[in-house]
Amino acid sequence: MSAAAAKAQKEAALRAGKKDDVIIRVRGLVNGFGGKIIHDHIDLDVRRGEVLGVVGGSGTGKSVLLRSIVGLNHPLSGSIKVFGQETVGLAPDEMRGLQLHWGVLFQEGALFSSMTVAQNIQVPMRRWTNLSQPLMDELAAMKLSLVGLPEDAARKYPSELSGGMKKRAGLARALSLDPELLFLDEPTAGLDPISASQFDQLVGDLQKSLGLTVFMVTHDIDTLRATTDRIAVLVNKKIKVGTIKELLQDGDPWIHEYFAGPRGRAALDS
Amino acid sequence: MVKKIRVTLPVDNPASAKLEKAQGRARLVCVGDWTVSELSDLDEQLSAIDLKGARDLEIDASGIASLDSGGAWLLLRTKRKADKAGAKAALIVPEKYHPLLETMDSGHTAPPVTHPPHKGLRGLLERTGEGTVHALRQGYDLLGFLGRVAVETVEAFLAPRRELPFPAFIHQIEETGVTALPIVGLLAFLLGIVITYQGADQLARFGAQIYTIDFLGIGFLRELGGLVTAIIIAGRSGSAFTAQIGTMQVNEELDAMQTIGLNIAETLVLPRVLGLVIALPLLTFFADIVGIIGGMVMTYFDLGVTIPAFMRELGNAITVKTLMVGLIKAPVFAFMIALVGCFEGMRVERNAASVGKLTTRSVVESIFLIIAADAGFSVLFSVLGI
Repeated sequence: MSAAAAKAQKEAALRAGKKDDVIIRVRGLVNGFGGKIIHDHIDLDVRRGEVLGVVGGSGTGKSVLLRSIVGLNHPLSGSIKVFGQETVGLAPDEMRGLQLHWGVLFQEGALFSSMTVAQNIQVPMRRWTNLSQPLMDELAAMKLSLVGLPEDAARKYPSELSGGMKKRAGLARALSLDPELLFLDEPTAGLDPISASQFDQLVGDLQKSLGLTVFMVTHDIDTLRATTDRIAVLVNKKIKVGTIKELLQDGDPWIHEYFAGPRGRAALDS
Repeated sequence: MVKKIRVTLPVDNPASAKLEKAQGRARLVCVGDWTVSELSDLDEQLSAIDLKGARDLEIDASGIASLDSGGAWLLLRTKRKADKAGAKAALIVPEKYHPLLETMDSGHTAPPVTHPPHKGLRGLLERTGEGTVHALRQGYDLLGFLGRVAVETVEAFLAPRRELPFPAFIHQIEETGVTALPIVGLLAFLLGIVITYQGADQLARFGAQIYTIDFLGIGFLRELGGLVTAIIIAGRSGSAFTAQIGTMQVNEELDAMQTIGLNIAETLVLPRVLGLVIALPLLTFFADIVGIIGGMVMTYFDLGVTIPAFMRELGNAITVKTLMVGLIKAPVFAFMIALVGCFEGMRVERNAASVGKLTTRSVVESIFLIIAADAGFSVLFSVLGI
């Protein structure tokens, strides 16, 4: 098979995968470090257009799960399909075509410190498109206003931004190419409650208007209640998925404590 | 310019925008996937369309297959342009994209982002001026830091209010001294060989090869041993000090220490300075010995001088004073390396690039100071007639 044919086939598969209703399909995933197993054969489906929250105690591998899906972490075994394309075993730079369709917001924003916010937003555009500079400047301004940052933030460097602004700028960069799939790693950690709920609102609005599928790792039970459709709980190296209501019925002590404990109660009753 | 086509996925429906004019009414028919892959083409098509003269413009996007925020921006931009030109523009999009367009229309009015300009000659002059002022300020601050460390040191010894961080001090000696033995030894040995070889080559013209040993002994003990050791340690330990303290700074550890009431100069700087002041003279002595052995090996093979003959000649050439003149400089070098290393570490700002930048600067500065101080010593010794 020629290289061109192989490429065409890959593209066709990817396009077909994009029409599938399950965007991320994880099967039998095993992760572990230094002999300690973190994920023991977990299965997970993320459906098109939903907001999935991932919760779990410290060290249960929430971020590891996210990193495995985007190819930053190599699982011991198992299969992960994103848009129908297998990502396990591929190096990050072998996932061409997939990276165009997802955006990742890292915990601290992970903005490139040597560039202004506007330049940060334009990095994915430069990498993947041939847009002209004036159009990229217009689009960057538009993304900034989408995430609720003021105009003058464009020329600032990440070191001049507050924690909440960094996250918004990181979100603008993640949305740079209008991906269908958005990964958020603890989007509200370290924000004050008002900024956090504004951020929840923002994610919700963007998700609705852009039709995003969101995979969100979080600790914040308010965020879970406000934005997610379903919740995946990592507990005892396994994963349990359901709505808050369903999870409240679960017999597992950690899940019970999480949702029915004092903080969970307060958040859910409000 | 060569067009870069980088988007790997072709879209299902190529996007286009066509203007249809009929009886003073204009209709902009938009079809296809108005998504990021098509934006570049669409932008060209749209800017080519002349909206002047049209009184009513209907932007009919009801036929588009998909729309993302970039495509929505182009629609919105076209509408706003038309409105500005005096035409009444109406925008028709499929219902499911209404929320997106509403969010964008209400929220976004900002002009395109701007970037900090690249400055020309003026910028160069500005940077030169800034650099000069910065360098002077740097020297001033370093002097201030020196004073602070000196006061702390004297205080710590005269009135040990608290226990001196003795384990940290021993750890530094091990870290900067013991673990550096292999690399210092290897380089001193090689340098001994090189010096001997070059010396023997040149002195052979006068038939004075035996003086190679004098050359080696005096040159190595007085100058080279100390200088080379100090430079290696500046690259090895000076940089480590800056990186360690800098990373602590990034991590807010220094702030934490201050709030707990720990004295930074005493807990971080003093063990490093004292540790290196002890370790570097010992390393220099080690380098001297190994360098001489390197030279001895070379004279044996190159000139056929036996070991006893080498020793006899070396004994005639050097005295304890020769060794001491070299060794006396080592604590001064050590003090400068440690001081600059810690000083630059404490100047690190809270970003990742800063650690690297200041680590480089720390090494360059301490090597500069070492060589400058060595020149100073040479002048001093010649005045004193040593």
